[in-house]
Amino acid sequence: MKEEIKTAAEQEKTGLEPEISGAEALLRCLVEEGVDTIFGYPGGAIMPVYDKLLDYSDRLRHILTRHEQGAAHAAQAYAMVTGRPGVCFATSGPGATNLVTGIANAFLDSVPVVFITAQVTSGLIGTDAFQETDILGISMPVTKWNAQVKKAEDIPDAIARAFYIARSGRPGPVLVDISKDAQFAGLSYSYRNCTYIRSYNPVIQLQMRDIESAAVMINHAEKPLILAGHGVILSGASEELRALAEKGGIPVAATLLGLPAFPNNHRLFAGMLGMHGNYAPNILTNQADLIIAIGMRFDDRVTGNLKKYAPDARIIHIEIDKAEINKNVRVDLEINNDAREVLAALIPLVRQISREKWIREFRILDRVEYEKVISPETEPDEGEIRMGEVVKAVSDLTEGNAVIATDVGQHQMAVARYYRFSEKSTLVTSGGMGTMGFGLPASLGAASGNPGRPVIAFIGDGGFQMTVQELGTIMQYQIPVKIILLNNSFLGMVRQWQQMFFNGRYASTEMVNPDFMALAGAYGIQAHRVTQRGELRDAIVTMLAAEGPYLLETVISREANILPMVEPGASVSDVTLTYR
Amino acid sequence: MQQEYTISLFTEDHIGILSRITLILTRRQINIESITASESAVSGIQMLTMVVSTTPDMVNKVARQIEKLVDVIKVFVHTNQEIISQEIALYKVTTRGLMSGSMIGDLVRLHHARILEVTPEYIVVEKNGSKEEITGLLAFLEPCGVLQFVRSGRIAITRQVKELNAYLKEMDDAERTRHVPSEVYN
Ligand SMILES: Cc1ncc(C[n+]2csc(CCOP(=O)(O)OP(=O)(O)O)c2C)c(N)n1
Ligand SMILES: [Mg+2]
Repeated sequence: MKEEIKTAAEQEKTGLEPEISGAEALLRCLVEEGVDTIFGYPGGAIMPVYDKLLDYSDRLRHILTRHEQGAAHAAQAYAMVTGRPGVCFATSGPGATNLVTGIANAFLDSVPVVFITAQVTSGLIGTDAFQETDILGISMPVTKWNAQVKKAEDIPDAIARAFYIARSGRPGPVLVDISKDAQFAGLSYSYRNCTYIRSYNPVIQLQMRDIESAAVMINHAEKPLILAGHGVILSGASEELRALAEKGGIPVAATLLGLPAFPNNHRLFAGMLGMHGNYAPNILTNQADLIIAIGMRFDDRVTGNLKKYAPDARIIHIEIDKAEINKNVRVDLEINNDAREVLAALIPLVRQISREKWIREFRILDRVEYEKVISPETEPDEGEIRMGEVVKAVSDLTEGNAVIATDVGQHQMAVARYYRFSEKSTLVTSGGMGTMGFGLPASLGAASGNPGRPVIAFIGDGGFQMTVQELGTIMQYQIPVKIILLNNSFLGMVRQWQQMFFNGRYASTEMVNPDFMALAGAYGIQAHRVTQRGELRDAIVTMLAAEGPYLLETVISREANILPMVEPGASVSDVTLTYR
Repeated sequence: MQQEYTISLFTEDHIGILSRITLILTRRQINIESITASESAVSGIQMLTMVVSTTPDMVNKVARQIEKLVDVIKVFVHTNQEIISQEIALYKVTTRGLMSGSMIGDLVRLHHARILEVTPEYIVVEKNGSKEEITGLLAFLEPCGVLQFVRSGRIAITRQVKELNAYLKEMDDAERTRHVPSEVYN
C-alpha cells in the first residue's frame, strides 16, 4: 500500500495542494466518493475528525445517533435505499466495539458500509492504552476487508480502497481504523479513486458456454423454479429477472431479502421460500426438475433439511461469490458472475414457453394456504387484532410501494408474508443475522437516504426496546418515519417455539411493557394506540397522512403463531399449515 | 473420507492476512498440521504452504473462502500425489551416543543425513525428506540420546506446469481489457 502511495504522490508532485490535516483529508475523500450523510457518535480519539466536520457541514450531514449500534444499522439502511455505500463513524474502544453487531449484520446481508473508527495515538497502540481495543482483530471475521492507518499520508489511499472493496463484487462492510495522531498530522492531499487491486478480481469474464448450457437446461425443463435472492437487487437485475421469468414461463420464489426483486402481485410470483415462507414454493421445490438460484446462498432457513432438499431437481446457481457455490447445496451448473450480466446474456437463448400446468400447481396450493392461513390472518372479523391484517392494511394503503423496515421476530415474518412488495418498494430487514434492535435505527437511516418515499417500520415490543433510544435521533432531526409497534407483550417468536417445541413452557418471554404513548410523548413524537379492529384502518390512514415522525401502537393477539412453518430439521415439503 | 492436502497460496505482503486465513480454517475446525510462510519468487508476494487433513469437499470450500480474501492472489489445493514436497529437520544428539557402534555410518548411508557441527558433547545432524523419513531418523537416533529436535513445515512444488507469474499476468491483462458492468453500488 505504502509503495503505491509513494508513486502516486511522485507522479502528481507538481499538482499537489498545500498541507491539510489527516482529519480533513478523510472528509475530503468522503466528498470525492459522493458521500453526503454520515451516521456516527464522537469520542476522544475521533475528536479531530468531528472538529473538522463543522467546517464541512455544508457538504456532509452528520446524524448523531444515540448508540453506535444505531449508527451502524442506520448506515446500512441508508445504503440499502440509496444504492450507495453507507458511512459510519465511531471513536476508539467502546465506540468501536459497539459497532460490532451492526458490522456483522451488514456482512451477512452483503451491504456496503464504510466504517471509520478512530484509534489511540500510534505510539500507544498495543499497550492497552485508555480506550484502546483491537478493533481490527475483532472485526476481521465480519468485514470484507479492514485496515489500520497510522500516517496521515496513507489516509486517501485507504479510503479509496475501502469504497472500492465495499461496493464491488459481492458488496460488504469494510473498516478503516485511523490513529489519532494520523488525524492531526498534515499531508499533501491528492485523491485517486481505486479501480483495481491486483489480488482482488470482482469482475469475472462471462463464459458463454455456461450461459448456453443454462439455456439448454431451462428449455428442456418441465418444472423449472427460479429462486431469487438479495443478489438480484444488489446487481440491479430485477428487470432482467422479470424478462427471463415471463419469457420462460418460470415461477419465481424469493428469499426474505429477495422479496422486492419481483413484483409480488405478478402471476408468476410463487411467494417466499423457507421456514415461514409460502406453502406452494416450499412444497414444489421438491417437485421441480430444475432450480435456477439467482443471487442467493441456500441459507438453512431457506432449505430446511438439506438431505431432503430438491431431490428431483438439477440446480443452476448464478452467484457472484464463488465461495457460496457448492457450499450448502451441490449444484449441477455453476455460473460465478454478476446476476444482471448473466440474465441479460441468458434471456435471448431462452425459448418463449408457457407452462400453465406447472403454474396451476402453485395456484392450487396457494388456494389451500389462503383458506387455512392467509384469510384468517388478514381478514378476521372477530377476536383480537392479528399482525397480518395490520400489515395487509398498510400494504393496500401504500400500494406496495413504500420503504419498509422491520425488526426481527414474528412481526418480521408477518411483513414478509403479507406486504405485497413491488419493484418500487424496498425492504430493509435483518436477514442473515436476525438482529433484534435493527428496525428503529434502520428506519431512520432509510428515511435519511430517501426523503421522497414514505418509510414505515414494523417493530415488535421486544426489539423496539433494544434500540428505543434512537427515538431521540428521530426527534432531533425530525425524521419522518412511521413506526408501527406490534405489541403482543411477548418475545413472540421465541414464545411460539416454546409453545411448539418446549411443551408450552414460557421461560422469560413475557414482558411487562412501559406506557409507549408516554414514551413517545417524552420524545415529542405523535402517537396513537389502537386496540380495536374497527379503529385500525383509520388509524393507519391518519399515521400515513401525518407530517413528521409518528408512532402507532397496535395491541395485537398475545399468543398468535406464524404459519406455515417448516419445523427445524424438517424437509421444505413437510411444511405445516396448522399448529398441531 | 479425510485425506491430507497441501494448500499453497500466494498473498500480498499485508499485515493480518495470516489471521484472516486461519480464521477460516478455525471456523471449520480444521487443524493446520504444518505451515510455512516466506517470500515467493515474485518480490512483494508471500507464499504460504499449509498441510491440512480434511475431506475433498471441505478443502474446496475453504480454498474458495480463502481465495475470496481481498489480499489473497491465488490458492492451489493439491493431494500428495500432485506435488513434490520436502521438510527439513535438525537433530542434536549426544556425541557419545552417536559415536557408538555403526551409528554414524548408518546415519549417512541409510538415512542420507548430514552432519553440521561436532563438539565433544553433542553433534548436530540435518536431514531433508518426507515427514516419514524425518520421523524415521528420529526413531533411529533415539537410543543415542536426542537433546533437541526441530522440524520445519512442508514446502512443495507442483507437478503442473502453469506458474504464478502466468496467473499474475493473466490478472493484469484481464484488468486492462475488461469490460466494466455498471454497478448498482456506485
Ligand atoms: C439481539 C437478539 N437477541 C435475541 C434474539 C432472539 N429472538 C428472535 S425473535 C425474538 C423475539 C422478538 O420479540 P418481539 O420484538 O416482541 O417481536 P415478536 O416476535 O413478538 O413479533 C427473540 C428474542 C435475536 N434475534 N436478536
Ligand atoms: Mg412481541
